[in-house]
Amino acid sequence: MKPFTIDRTNGLAGALFVLVGLFFGAQALNLPIGTAFRMGPGYFPLVLSGLLILLGGFIIGSAVNTQSEEIGSFPLRGMVLILGAPILFGIFVRGLGFIPSIFITAFVASFASRKMTVPLAAIIAVALTVFAALVFLYGLELPFRPVGPWLGVR
Amino acid sequence: MDLINNLQLGFATATTLTNLFFCLIGVLLGTLIGVLPGIGATATIAMLLPITFQIGDPVSSLIMLAGIYYGAQYGGSTTAILINMPGESSSAVTAIDGYQMAKRGRAGAALAIAAIGSFFAGTVSTFLVALLAPPLTVIALKFGPPEYFSLMVVGLVSSIALAHGSIVKALAMVVFGLLLGLVGTDIYTGTPRFNLGIREYSDGLNFVALAVGLFGIAEILRNLENESTREVMVKKVTNLFPTREDWKRMTPPVLRGTVLGSALGVLPGGGAILASFASYTLEKRVAKDASEFGKGAIEGVAGPESANNAAAQTSFIPLLTLGIPANPVMALMIGAMIIQGIVPGPNVATEQPALFWGIIASMWIGNLMLVVLNLPLIGLWVKLLTVPYYVLFPAIMTFCAIGVYSVNNNAYDLYAVAFFGLIGYVLVKLRCEPAPLLLGFVLGPLLEENLRRAMIISRGDPSVFVTRPISAVLLAAALAVLVVVLLPSVKKKREEVFVEES
Repeated sequence: MKPFTIDRTNGLAGALFVLVGLFFGAQALNLPIGTAFRMGPGYFPLVLSGLLILLGGFIIGSAVNTQSEEIGSFPLRGMVLILGAPILFGIFVRGLGFIPSIFITAFVASFASRKMTVPLAAIIAVALTVFAALVFLYGLELPFRPVGPWLGVR
Repeated sequence: MDLINNLQLGFATATTLTNLFFCLIGVLLGTLIGVLPGIGATATIAMLLPITFQIGDPVSSLIMLAGIYYGAQYGGSTTAILINMPGESSSAVTAIDGYQMAKRGRAGAALAIAAIGSFFAGTVSTFLVALLAPPLTVIALKFGPPEYFSLMVVGLVSSIALAHGSIVKALAMVVFGLLLGLVGTDIYTGTPRFNLGIREYSDGLNFVALAVGLFGIAEILRNLENESTREVMVKKVTNLFPTREDWKRMTPPVLRGTVLGSALGVLPGGGAILASFASYTLEKRVAKDASEFGKGAIEGVAGPESANNAAAQTSFIPLLTLGIPANPVMALMIGAMIIQGIVPGPNVATEQPALFWGIIASMWIGNLMLVVLNLPLIGLWVKLLTVPYYVLFPAIMTFCAIGVYSVNNNAYDLYAVAFFGLIGYVLVKLRCEPAPLLLGFVLGPLLEENLRRAMIISRGDPSVFVTRPISAVLLAAALAVLVVVLLPSVKKKREEVFVEES
């Protein structure tokens, strides 16, 4: 008997789809399903979830004993910083205001590159903050608070 | 004649000073971002989308969006030719011979040929859109819920057929997208669904956040994988104007590319990619000396570039007449229209003729601007190619954050950006193409609504989808597409095409 192998890329993709299907399916079961004539809010999502679980299972099944491309490595540092940047903006924009939040977002995102140094990041962040403030606050006149209540400005 | 009157209305709308200005800004911004290496047209449009909402008037904002689209596409061709780095798969073909031309010191000619070919193709296909769209809307007005449902199924199935890689995975991505589209509140009963109890998501997931995360952020993360310095071999582009010999060689491929592209673009599911590949194959086949291809053949730039622009144009036909997006870019357009309060579909032409014809006319104007502005500005674009990544990333992230936040002033949209950035990147790593997911997301609520309406009309009898003739034909077409792509011989050929591309 051949040893059991599974293609990681496709196996994980299938597993992801099954999980998503279960996630939506479980919630759909708690919604009124209704009948085919008068479908409730849960009907269509439940059908789709079932379909997604089936497709995911099929992808896992066809990944057994095959091999495709490797997944490759993940740039962890970059991921944390790039994905963190919009989250930080979301957390700070109301409290600290637009200008400090832009600075923080740009500064943090700068370090996604390994070649970044603190002074360079500071220069980039300041330049971007000035540019963004000019374009969005004064140019397009977006209704954002330049500096927020956390900094003592009302 | 109606056509003339309509076009007149369109040009009158598109050539007001304000709209010309927004079209210009769109083209410039689109090229500016599109020319940044590793960032394709879809990502560019997703990132610039929020800016267009700042314009109050939907007509101007959609015209600007169309300008961004053409600019982004042209930017993609520029990176393909100059640094062999196609931002989008539809310009991957251009990179083959375009880059070789650049290597032999003919970068200027290659860029000019791409622009002129695109402009010619754009002119012809704009006319086609104007000619074909009205009769199609008449047919579309006969559509009831079952027909719409079936039509959307056709659109989704074709997007699968033209996606890269495994068909089953693409199908799963569509279903995933449909489910994400249902997050929010049920339209019939007002029941909140799948929002995890977060009130901020009860209007559904923000379309802009999803698009920016899935295409923009995911693409940045992919670029971070190997952070190498780029070699821009062409420091200065000279000799822009093609020689007489070039004109002679480029004319037939441009004509053939235009015809091919216009026809393929109407197909739902991403005609532009298919068009440029088909054109390249065709040119190679009819060429006297096929060995020149891959070593800098002018035909290999002129044909595909014309074809892909023609297809980009005609892919507006299903969007404007039926409200069905033919590719991810059109899905972004639909999203933008819905946010502007316009329901895309056959009614747009009759209810808002100025918008409808204005967009069509602005397509041509956008193309014209590309030729008269971008070619002279090429020096500037070349400089942009040398901007290091470590400056690009913070700049892009900042503008994405501001852009997404400005749509609804909702901080949760920013968390959604991060989430979809992660999901998008993981899916790319797992070799799942994100385009079908976006189409599913846009069509999810519409699909459900029409399904439920159709079932109410038929009193719960599902046979309504096959007893109504138009719906039956559409479903048969969807089935045929699915069967064809799953046929072993076609499947093999399809894999070959996509392997060649990557």
